[in-house]
Amino acid sequence: MSDDILTLKGVYTDIAQYHILADLDLNVPRGGVTMLLGRNGVGKTTTLRTIMGLWAAKKGQITLDGTDLTALPTSDRARLGIGYVPEDMGIFTDLTVAENMILAAAGGGLDAKRMEWIFGAFPALRTFWTSEAGNLSGGQKQMLAIARAMAEERQLYLIDEPTKGLAPAIVSTMAGALRDLKKQGASILLVEQNFAVAKALGDTAAVMDDGRVIWTGEMAELANDADLQERLMGLSMETL
Amino acid sequence: MSDAPDHSPTLAALSISDRLGQAMPYILIPVLVVLGFLAIGSTSSWLTLTVSGLAMGMMIFLMASGLTLVFGLMDIINFGHGAFISVGAFVGVSVLMAMGGWTTAPSLPLNLIAVLLAILAATLVTGILGWGFERVIVRPVYGQHLHQILVTVGGLIVIEQMIHVIWGPHEIFLTRPETFQGAITYWGAALEKFRLLAVVLGLIVFVTMRLVLRRTKIGLIVRAGVQNGEMVQALGYRLRLVFVGVFIAGSALAGLGGVMWGLYQEVITAGMGEEMMILVFIVVIIGGLGSVEGAFIGALLVGLTQNYIAFLEPKLALISNIGLMAVILMWRPQGMMPVVKAK
Ligand SMILES: Nc1ncnc2c1ncn2[C@@H]1O[C@H](COP(=O)(O)OP(=O)(O)OP(=O)(O)O)[C@@H](O)[C@H]1O
Ligand SMILES: [Mg+2]
Repeated sequence: MSDDILTLKGVYTDIAQYHILADLDLNVPRGGVTMLLGRNGVGKTTTLRTIMGLWAAKKGQITLDGTDLTALPTSDRARLGIGYVPEDMGIFTDLTVAENMILAAAGGGLDAKRMEWIFGAFPALRTFWTSEAGNLSGGQKQMLAIARAMAEERQLYLIDEPTKGLAPAIVSTMAGALRDLKKQGASILLVEQNFAVAKALGDTAAVMDDGRVIWTGEMAELANDADLQERLMGLSMETL
Repeated sequence: MSDAPDHSPTLAALSISDRLGQAMPYILIPVLVVLGFLAIGSTSSWLTLTVSGLAMGMMIFLMASGLTLVFGLMDIINFGHGAFISVGAFVGVSVLMAMGGWTTAPSLPLNLIAVLLAILAATLVTGILGWGFERVIVRPVYGQHLHQILVTVGGLIVIEQMIHVIWGPHEIFLTRPETFQGAITYWGAALEKFRLLAVVLGLIVFVTMRLVLRRTKIGLIVRAGVQNGEMVQALGYRLRLVFVGVFIAGSALAGLGGVMWGLYQEVITAGMGEEMMILVFIVVIIGGLGSVEGAFIGALLVGLTQNYIAFLEPKLALISNIGLMAVILMWRPQGMMPVVKAK
């Protein structure tokens, strides 16, 4: 067994007739946060969707802890222990917060201890437990999306821009919860445009351009090198 | 970075107009019934027409409920759904005819058992037929609407021809079991017994569906799947299996609707399901795609409107439901209770 929980090797993904991912290699180390960075439209979301099997990889191999995922349907990948927070959050708006959470615990019921932890991180979810999720604010919906991923213990978390469009106070709530998750030894692949959050949470980083990973290294190295950021992402992250 | 601030969560309280908007479709039924009363004037005629409209609505609901879920879950347009209505009617009527004495005896229990056996046979056959239909006809054309229309219409034609082969080319006339013939008189209004049975059966099916959808995990998965199928899979559920189950149940319900409709009309033809599909599609559209409750309310509105108008202005009867659809879509272009996100 390698130290990598997830590896992508030579992955190609087409969406309709467009070649979006081309020869993408990516390793996510076990334990810790790997940041997936890059300009808008380089294929970060597509990479996460390909890992989940929501887009089919045309070529290449995806392995989770030694298990080849490539031929598995999305539901089987989830059952192997991937918690996914999509960019659009994927909240079931007509269902209550409770029903969203019940569905998220596909392996069995909701665990009381885990729920205490989740309520501790996101008190709003307790307050609105029986409300329709569609009535939640944008920030509360994002909390619910992350809480769903945390509803059961997962091998790997895929989280796509959890702070997008949120007010600063809620961004720090979100970052706090992710840091908590990280402290428990979780492996996380995180797409994040907020530099402060990326810098605070990231252990390693992979930078994408045009459908492939063009740089990997320590997050600290990237964070402290404005020239490198400029070269890889076309602008320094401070300005993001 | 600081600890999570104790921000006070806000949930916009539902305004009165929001609440009213949600309840509005339900209110439409009593409103229509009252309007019918005012327009018709005679209490006995009004009562007869109302029961008749509700009975018709319940039967259309049986036929429409599966279709709306199939559309909502997998975005499948199934023009072949009418075939299950016809097959259900033929199987059910055959069973009733085979039971001869049980249906002609003036005994409620015997008649009821005969009808229930007919329903059982019809739903079993149409459920199995639906399973085959999904595998052979629907599965190869996922995501291709034009192909779905062509292929499911093809399936419809094939099944109608099969009915001709098995049961012959002519319509079959039948008489209802003894106890369900005739009417009871109430407040001077003649209420056909069979229509009362249809209302009771429709209500039972609706309440059961609601319970399953609201109170069980599988119902939760179905409701979530109608909204966002990808996310349901990403949480670890095999949506395909759920969909096949819903398709089978929807076909069986169409078969049930077919038996009831056949007994109601006292004649069955291979094309009866196809003819009903116009009303069924109207109900699915005005109810809101994917919504069982919307289909229920829509079906009752269609049944009541058709009966009231046929009495008040027979010339308008044929277009009354198109008119109803136009009015509702002007009010709510997505239907009364849409579940499926506009694409
Ligand atoms: N459904 C789709 N159909 C066609 N093209 C798509 C589709 N989804 C994404 N793309 C294209 O694929 C490319 C990569 O998109 P993707 O969403 O993966 O980028 P991203 O890195 O997540 O961007 P962002 O930072 O804006 O979220 C883009 O050029 C986008 O236009
Ligand atoms: Mg993205």
